[in-house]
Amino acid sequence: MSISAVLQQPLKPFIKIAKEGVSKDDAVSLFKALSLPILGLAIFLLLWQVAAQNIVTSLGNFPGPGEVYNQASNLVEEHRVEREAVQKKYERQRERNEKKLAKNPDAQVKWREYKSRITFFDQIGTSLITVLCGFILASLIAIPIGIVIGLSASSYQAINPIIQILKPVSPLAWLPLVTMVVSAVYVSDDPAFSKSFIVSMITVSLCCLWPTMINTAVGVAGVSQDLLNVSKVLRLNWFTHVKKIVLPSAIPLMFTGLRLSLGIAWMVLIAAEMLAQNPGLGKFVWDEFQNGSSNSLGRIMVAILVIGFIGFILDRLMLMLQKIVNWDKNAVVR
Amino acid sequence: MNFLELTKVDMEFPTPKGTFKALDCVDLNIAEGEFVSLIGHSGCGKSTVLNIVAGLYEATKGGVILEGKEVNEPGPERAVVFQNHSLLPWLTAYQNVELAVNTVFSKTKSKAEIKDWIEHNLELVHMSHAMHKRPDEISGGMKQRVGIARALAMQPKVLLMDEPFGALDALTRAHLQDSVMEIQNKLGNTIIMITHDVDEAVLLSDRIVMMTNGPAATIGEILKVELERPRDRLALADNPEYNHYRSEVLRFLYEKQRKVEPISSAKKESGDKESKVA
Ligand SMILES: Nc1ncnc2c1ncn2[C@@H]1O[C@H](COP(=O)(O)OP(=O)(O)OP(=O)(O)O)[C@@H](O)[C@H]1O
Ligand SMILES: [Mg+2]
Repeated sequence: MSISAVLQQPLKPFIKIAKEGVSKDDAVSLFKALSLPILGLAIFLLLWQVAAQNIVTSLGNFPGPGEVYNQASNLVEEHRVEREAVQKKYERQRERNEKKLAKNPDAQVKWREYKSRITFFDQIGTSLITVLCGFILASLIAIPIGIVIGLSASSYQAINPIIQILKPVSPLAWLPLVTMVVSAVYVSDDPAFSKSFIVSMITVSLCCLWPTMINTAVGVAGVSQDLLNVSKVLRLNWFTHVKKIVLPSAIPLMFTGLRLSLGIAWMVLIAAEMLAQNPGLGKFVWDEFQNGSSNSLGRIMVAILVIGFIGFILDRLMLMLQKIVNWDKNAVVR
Repeated sequence: MNFLELTKVDMEFPTPKGTFKALDCVDLNIAEGEFVSLIGHSGCGKSTVLNIVAGLYEATKGGVILEGKEVNEPGPERAVVFQNHSLLPWLTAYQNVELAVNTVFSKTKSKAEIKDWIEHNLELVHMSHAMHKRPDEISGGMKQRVGIARALAMQPKVLLMDEPFGALDALTRAHLQDSVMEIQNKLGNTIIMITHDVDEAVLLSDRIVMMTNGPAATIGEILKVELERPRDRLALADNPEYNHYRSEVLRFLYEKQRKVEPISSAKKESGDKESKVA
């Protein structure tokens, strides 16, 4: 399946209608495709509204859908205003300097950099970058280890107890250790990455290693005996054996693991950011909580919805990648 | 000296209930260019013999000698056509054959020669039209043909086939049998083939090796088939000599080595199960 085919899949009924006009069957399937989710959403919003009115906190009513919508627009507006302000500063600086230079071409002019305050959208960006880096780092470690322990039963026996003990550890338990170690080890005058970024990334990696590692190992160990026999008869060398036979067999399970890992990575990251006060969506939520203004709950709710939505999108992206990479085009991946 | 010798091969499998003796003293000599069939009841140890020749199993006692050299590991000079084709599902027919050709001829053939050789072998089994399809896009018979092309492309000294046409319908099977006869006629390969099909054995073989029932199976009789080649299945249908060979094999399988199926006890067991469920 090509990338565009994968992208188009959810839109199939619509594309078909666009191409061929509406038939009765199409109309029914389109109606179903649209109406049921909308109905579900409507009921959910209604329940939410009712529940929100009945929950009173020290910061006022629990935010209902309307309040959340307002806060979302506020956040967008704040972001826009902030960016404009910075833009203006730069413009003023340019004008100032141009005037100076016009008067005296040899004048020394200063070009200063203005930083905008960190907005909600900056936090989203930070979180996304951190989660992706942590996830990629974890995958780079987990996949090779998974392959090795999948191929050799003795290395599996040696490593399995360690995996089983480390796997259930909560990210919050790792965090203090990681923070201390990074502070001690990662010392440089002009760091390429901020310490908080490194801490969040490593914590995320530590927690999302396991599903990928275990699933890769299971996939690698489960290569069918027939294919192993083919490999033996061909006397494939180790590298070709892994590349041509083991990895392709393991890909479906490996991706199952990767998807689980990415999901965990995203959850862990938010928690780590909250606890460690590292920039990102988690910190945003925590700051709002500490703020305690009447808007806070609404803004936290916006953040929660965004977190959920991003988690969903990340999973869909992995699914798409899985469909593209998977050789078994008949397999149902969901 | 024989081309391929199996000398006093014993095979024991360790099982939870102690060792299981599958083969007992299998002695067989095969000449170069000979087509030998192994026939016997299910579970008697045919695949085990083949796997030992392939080097996938190691005989507990005795051994296999090919052209004066002992066989102790698998290798492309003893190519195997597996019962269930065993193509790599993520590679096209061409790529499947390519994997084999690349590992065998990477040092001796140029890139262009390799390509020609792959296409030539797919042509041999009449698969040129679907060479760039993946296994899940072609029929069972076509997969089996690609499996044969892959084995042939290694230019093996011995071609080992484990029930190569077992899973196919009668028409496709007949077609592939003809292909194999044609190819063997052209290339003169030495072939060991396992089969359940008496007609197939008589039609294709120079010798039919009939195995006794396991456990501790061994070679019961060897029947030399001296029908002239090329053989034509239609002409042979009424040939008395052909029918004589056929009945020889049938007699061995169903009189001398009649499988004493415990049908009554099996029935009883299933009856028990049913009563338990109820
Ligand atoms: N790896 C193994 N471990 C234990 N027992 C085995 C093993 N492989 C084969 N056997 C036993 O050896 C005997 C012969 O098996 P084999 O597969 O060679 O039979 P076969 O003649 O090829 O049967 P079929 O015609 O059904 O393929 C069987 O009883 C089987 O249970
Ligand atoms: Mg068998």
